[in-house]
Formats: sequence, structure tokens, C-alpha cells
Amino acid sequence: MTSALKIDSTPLRLDVEKLRADFPILQQRVNGRPLVYLDNAATTQKPVQVITSQDQYYREYNSNIHRGVHTLSSKATAAFEQARSRVRTFIHAASDKEIIFVRGATEAINLVAQSYGRSRLGQGDEIIISEMEHHSNIVPWQLLCEQTGAILKVIPINDDGELIMDEYAKLLGEKTAMVAVTHISNALGTINPVRQIIEMAHAHAAVVLIDGAQAAPHTGIDVQSLDCDFYVFSGHKLFAPTGIGVLYGRQHLLDSMPPYQGGGDMIRMVSFAKTLYSDLPYKFEAGTPNIAGVIGLGAAIDYLDAIGMDAIAQYEHKLLGYATSAVKAVPGLKIIGTARDKTSILSFTLEGIHPHDLGTILDYDGIAIRTGHHCAMPVMEHFHVPATARASLAFYNTSGEIDYFIQSLHKAREIFR
Amino acid sequence: MTFDLRDLYQEVIVDHNRNPKNFGKMENATRVAEGYNPLCGDKLHLYLKTDNDRIDDVSFDGTGCAISVASASLMTEALKGKTFSEAEQIFRDFHKLVTQDVSLQDSTMQQLGKLAVLAGVREFPTRVKCATLCWHTLHSILEGTETTVSTE
Ligand SMILES: Cc1ncc(COP(=O)(O)O)c(C=O)c1O
Repeated sequence: MTSALKIDSTPLRLDVEKLRADFPILQQRVNGRPLVYLDNAATTQKPVQVITSQDQYYREYNSNIHRGVHTLSSKATAAFEQARSRVRTFIHAASDKEIIFVRGATEAINLVAQSYGRSRLGQGDEIIISEMEHHSNIVPWQLLCEQTGAILKVIPINDDGELIMDEYAKLLGEKTAMVAVTHISNALGTINPVRQIIEMAHAHAAVVLIDGAQAAPHTGIDVQSLDCDFYVFSGHKLFAPTGIGVLYGRQHLLDSMPPYQGGGDMIRMVSFAKTLYSDLPYKFEAGTPNIAGVIGLGAAIDYLDAIGMDAIAQYEHKLLGYATSAVKAVPGLKIIGTARDKTSILSFTLEGIHPHDLGTILDYDGIAIRTGHHCAMPVMEHFHVPATARASLAFYNTSGEIDYFIQSLHKAREIFR
Repeated sequence: MTFDLRDLYQEVIVDHNRNPKNFGKMENATRVAEGYNPLCGDKLHLYLKTDNDRIDDVSFDGTGCAISVASASLMTEALKGKTFSEAEQIFRDFHKLVTQDVSLQDSTMQQLGKLAVLAGVREFPTRVKCATLCWHTLHSILEGTETTVSTE
């Protein structure tokens, strides 16, 4: 009781109706009903501030960066580098050099696996991941294992969808070279104890990558305080455009790694005898990047900073609590993922109704949820389900939308009675 | 809005989903094939007992949404006693039924019989794959590209 009171009395409040007005897409009707967008873990909607930044870039200063002396090019370059600084402050990195722009979390993980992993790991070295990883934090490591002879180890989860930390402790050892774990599970909503995971890995001199694809939109991130070596996330899940993402890497690690791709922008001097690479971060940014995307990411971070990540986290925590109690009252509904520490994701099954059918029925009411395996097939296997339905929240969702969603679940039960 | 959820989830479909016909592994099947939809995880096995080019018996098992289970159930009912070429013709007609927005001839509709309840799928393009998974699996058997069960 007392802790609930404490939360309520904090001054962090969101004016959700006002924020919703920033999202043009939320104003529309789908199948004749107001859109209720509950698929935020797949991708988030974009506020008008982000959309405008794209329009402005293409209308007013579209040009290539880092290579022109003309006005537009220097304007674009400045905006691009300013966005990099915005990302640095957003995740509390020490230097802009540690912020590498990539296509998304997937590319960031592949970059680390292929550049760091391939140059450092060998036969018998061990890579630890977890049972709750997204396929994009499984497959790049499997590829690396095939290439190097390294061995993949998997931290199991319990039936609440939490990592079994004792098992993690047992997996760590002299051979552990790399630990790659998600900060928040996209299929379960579990918030992992990443600080502890990192500390334990470092005690064995292993390097840690944290997949922050689901964490960046919901919690404040401080890579220095976490003491992680690599942190990755995608812009499109953070209210920014698709096709842009971030790899954070500790400077001394990035410095020691070979380039991932070769091309323009990542070189200092090219001759046929020898090529010198650029300094960080450009060494890892070959070719013309997604300039508009980077600018959009900067705009999204400005937008989020103005609201405050703490206020967002607090609001979403309450909304998840509301949604969780509400769905528990639906007969036959089983929540998949009941970790003590979780956020914004409600994965579930409804007895006698396949998630796919549920998805169609809800869509008919204008409600967008995700159904399927959520690119986390090992999680589905753990819970012995072929698929789940998943409602995933953002700060623009409301308790009214949750009520409407529950009504639609009852309608589905009626159809399948 | 011109369509209703009930056009898709007709009682017949809901019933077949709840109590699918010819559901279960066939021990003495002469041909088996597996159908898989990686997008939604639907998976089914189709079992056939054939005599030359006639389908004497057919059953299926697996997991899937109501549309895919009901479709497979209705398909097995429609296939018993049919020759391969008759079965292929039904597939062609059924495919038209669920993908094309044209009214089929009365004689075709008659041929399709109970399968016609799946016509509502046409209004839900994302669900066409669910309704046709079993038919594609059948097709692979008739084409001979499936894994044939050994009688050993
Ligand atoms: C936990 C997690 N990791 C990685 C990814 C991959 O992100 P992207 O497809 O943007 O590269 C996702 C996306 O669903 C995710 O949820």
C-alpha cells in the first residue's frame, strides 16, 4: 500500500491526451473503429516532430555528409553529428566516438559478432546467450560459432519467464568469451538484471553485449553505470524511422576491432598498396548512411527527453498493472511471462482460440496486436505453445483502450463459444 | 462495412475447429506430407491411403488456427473416394473461392459443397494462407514431391 501511495504522489505525470495528439496515425479509424495500437514492441508510431524532421531534411538541406564544402552539406553534417551527440547523452555514453549508426539492433549484433567475435574468438571459446533471446540475438552467434568453432551456451528461464541466475553462474567459466543477453524480452516483457549479469561476466573477463531493442523505449539507459561493453537498439522501436539503429561500444574495444564493411567514409587514405581506416566512429560507418533516419532518431530522442523517460516508465508500469488485472478476469486467459520485474508487454493465450484468430477478431475492432512466435521460437517451446497473442504498450496507450481491448477479447470468446 | 466476422467464423467453421473430422495419425497410410507455415507456426501432417490414383482414406493432425484446422477437416471430408485429378480440380476451384472476388458457377459451387463456408476468407487476405495450407500439402503429395511413408 505504502509503496503505491509513494508512486502516486510523485510529480511525474503524463498528459496522455495531449501526447496522443502528436501522433497523426493514432487519429485514424481502422475498420470503422478508432485505431487502438497495441503492437509497440514490433514498432512504435512516430510523432509529428519526427515526421517533420524528415520532411524538413528532404525539403531544405538534403545532401551528402562529411564530403562537401557547400552549405547544404555542412548543414546536413552538423545535424547528423548533433543527433549522434543526442544519442550519446540519451544512453550516457562517454564519447560520441562510441556511438555507431547502423540499420538496427540486428545489424549491430551482427557487427559485433563478425568484427569483435570473428577476430577474437576461437575453437572452444564459449558464448552465453539466454533462452529468451530474439532470433536476432541467437542466429548471429550461431553463425559465429560455425565460423570459429566457438560454442553456444544458453541460460535457461523459469516458468515465470525469468532467467535462472544460478544456472548462469554455472555456465560462466574460463572459456566464457562473450555474454549476449537481452535487457527486456520482447516475447515476455521480463526485465533482466543486466547490471548483475554484466558484473558476473566481467568477473570472468568476458565481454558483454546487451540487446536493448525493447528497453530503450521504456527505461532510461546508462551504459557507463551498467558498465556494459556493447549496447544495441533500433530507432523504429523508439518512435524514430525504420532503418536506423545504434551500436554503443566501449571505445577501446571498438578501436581494437577490424572494420565490418569497407567503402567510402570509413577510410582515411586508399591506395592499392595499403588503406588506412578512419577513426571512430566512422571506421564502422562505410558508405552513405541513413542521414534522414539519424536526424529522425535525434528528433525522437528530443521528444522523449522532453517527456522524461522516468515519467514514461512510471506511467507504463501503472498501465501494465491495470491491463494485467483486467486480462486476468477474462476466463481461459493465461499470461505467458509473469516475471516480478516486467514492463509494457502482455503475452497471453486464450483457451480454445488460436492467437491468429484472435488477431483477426481484434483487428476487426481496430485493435492491432501481434500474434505468432515473436521471433522467439525457443520461448514458445519453453511454454509449449505454438504462438501467443501479444499486446505491447507505449506511453500513448490509455486505460480506456485496455477496456476496449478486453471487450473485444470477450467478443472473441463469444464467437468461439 | 460489407463483411462481418461471422462471414469468416461461420458456425460450421467453429464446429470443425472444435471437433475436427478425420483428425489423427493414420497408422497404415501410404503417403504422408507435412505442411508448415513459418509465419504463424501452423503445422500439419496429412495422411493418405491411396489405391492407384484414388484416395481411399485421408486424415490429418497438427496445430493451427481455426481457419486452418477447419479447412483441413473439411478437406478430408471432401477428398474421400476422389481420384487425384478430381482432387486437383477441387483445389483449383477452392483456391478461386478464397482468393478471387468473382462468383463461381453454380455447378462449381455444388462441387465444392461444404467447402463453400470458407468463402469468407476472401475478405481477409492475410488468412488465405491458413485456409490453403492443407491443400498445398495435399498438392505436394499428388505431385509426388512429399516424403513417402515406407510400409516397413
Ligand atoms: C529484443 C529484440 N531484439 C532485437 C530485435 C531486432 O530489432 P530489429 O529488427 O529492429 O533489428 C527486436 C525486434 O523485434 C527485439 O524485440
